Amino acid sequence: MQKNNLKGWLYLLPAILFLGFFMVYPLIDVFVYSFEEGYNFASQTYFDIGTYNFSYVLHDTYFLQALKNTFLMVVITVPISTGIALLISVGLSSIKPLRNLFQTIYFLPYVTNTLAVGLVFMILFKKTAYTNGLVNLIINWFGGESIDFIDGPYWAKMFVMCFYIIWVVMPFKILLLTSALSSVNQNYYNAARVDGTSAFRIFRRITLPMISPTIFYLIITGFIGAFKEYSDAVALFGTDLNAAQMNTMVGYVYDMLYGDSGGYPSYASAAAIILFVIVLTITCINLLIGRKHTYY
Amino acid sequence: MKVVLQNLTKKFPNRNRKAAGDVIAVNDFTFEIPDGKLVGLLGPSGCGKSTTLFMICGLQEPTAGKIFFGDDDVTALPPEKRGVGVVFQNYALYPHLTVKQNIIFPLQNLKGADKLSKAQMEEKAYEAAKLVQIEELMERKPGELSGGQQQRVAIARAMVKMPKVLLLDEPLSNLDARLRLQTREEIRRIQRETGITTVFVTHDQEEAMSISDIIVVMKDGVVQQTGRPQDVYDNPANLFVAKFLGTPPINVFEGTVRNGRLYIGDADVLAVQGISDQEVTVGIRPEGFILDENGPLACRLSGVEVMGRDISVVSMNEFSVNPTVRSIIDAENQVNTACDTVRFSLKPNKVLLFTKDTEQRIYVS
Repeated sequence: MQKNNLKGWLYLLPAILFLGFFMVYPLIDVFVYSFEEGYNFASQTYFDIGTYNFSYVLHDTYFLQALKNTFLMVVITVPISTGIALLISVGLSSIKPLRNLFQTIYFLPYVTNTLAVGLVFMILFKKTAYTNGLVNLIINWFGGESIDFIDGPYWAKMFVMCFYIIWVVMPFKILLLTSALSSVNQNYYNAARVDGTSAFRIFRRITLPMISPTIFYLIITGFIGAFKEYSDAVALFGTDLNAAQMNTMVGYVYDMLYGDSGGYPSYASAAAIILFVIVLTITCINLLIGRKHTYY
Repeated sequence: MKVVLQNLTKKFPNRNRKAAGDVIAVNDFTFEIPDGKLVGLLGPSGCGKSTTLFMICGLQEPTAGKIFFGDDDVTALPPEKRGVGVVFQNYALYPHLTVKQNIIFPLQNLKGADKLSKAQMEEKAYEAAKLVQIEELMERKPGELSGGQQQRVAIARAMVKMPKVLLLDEPLSNLDARLRLQTREEIRRIQRETGITTVFVTHDQEEAMSISDIIVVMKDGVVQQTGRPQDVYDNPANLFVAKFLGTPPINVFEGTVRNGRLYIGDADVLAVQGISDQEVTVGIRPEGFILDENGPLACRLSGVEVMGRDISVVSMNEFSVNPTVRSIIDAENQVNTACDTVRFSLKPNKVLLFTKDTEQRIYVS
């Protein structure tokens, strides 16, 4: 027994070492950094230990802007993308002809190169010397004024950002939801039909509870994913996100470390810890709510 | 409510696109189910019995033919307008709802004038639960119930709207042997108490024989025979029905009719009046053998199984179609196991003759 135990640990050792070195240690280090005031990379020194880093970050207007942006993105994209994905999946599973074709079309964004996606959004939204972008063309058509989506008002930029995020995360959600829908036993639907259940009631009382674990999973990972949003913002608005008012929390952390104003690992760590606490809290709340409404 | 099936036919397109023609699941099924009877649809798997059931409940549309409930043509009606209750093979209880919520579910779908108040629904649910004796399980989830209890919940859910016709698809196939015996009596009792016309599907002939008022034997989508279980057993219309009903199954021999006598090999076993000389297939029920030292049919003895009330004698005969001949005789008889051969005489009403080619029954006058 004892010997077996040792063997087990031995087998685990490579993974533990690897994870410990590259995951656990940095995590602890970040935590430590966040309390070391005025830490200097080069000299490896700091002035004092305390909560000044947090206080600085929480009073930094750039951070507050990033916090606001991130929250807006989370609150807008997660419900909308999950809802639309659910609608599309239900539609997909109720049609027979060309179903595979549609499934492929809806999944295409997932396998498409990010740069290609960026190009598509350029064509849609970007103002150039020659055109105002396809969307503006349509707006003009209906008699509206052109809007600069990339360098224009805040709401327009936020709209493009959310549009982009929703569009990017949708395929994966559709994929998971259609497979969840198809795994619901047909017998339940038969039984419901014999009892004269309306389509809406079947959806609400049978389909939704049956696929609730998948929906729940998508919401949790959606929240986490949206909180970590960064690269998509760069793809749309370039690297100087603070100037564009479109920075995100992860973007702020990055800027503090490596950006033009970089070289502040302490502030970066404090911001990262704040992000971690927020994500942890929201995930816990999610789990608590989910436990009540999820059927496994 | 009587149920009339008129020339009911169901064809499915062939899965294999290269193969020509449709698969005919049910072929020209005509039958009248009398009011308040329990009818067993019996046949091997793939014979179209479940398809027939689904056509009666409306989940599948017949390719041709008509279905009447009483005098109303319901062929075109959707399932919810037919007033049927269905118990599915794996029960299809909603796993996220409690037993009570499951039973109430059909009632909550009622609209307009039929709409019930909460209290009325509860009352009906408890009535249904009482019928199947699961009142104390109302707050549990289906996953916390045994197979037999789930079965009862499924029946309660099917019964709660007081359907005109109750349909059960293989209701006992998911239960173990002991529970099966218990549950089939239960189904019988519920059916008697409520007087609802009930159709159930099974591949187990014993199950069908034991509780049905009428059985319908099907094969390859075609009805082979209908009637009271005992009548069908005693007078099967063809070899398939004879073989399908009865445990142990009927013994089949190659035989010849010559001059009004039935021969198995050279043995002159029975007088058969009014049958022209021909080769025949002979079916002898296990209980149709009488141990008789001077009996005409000689078999090589290969074993004796004592089962308390009866003795099962296993023997071999070169004209038997099956490798062994199984006969059941009263335990009071003594079988001399030291002997190599055992001799039987036959009970005339337990010997059934069939034509060799079409396997149809030849009736002895």
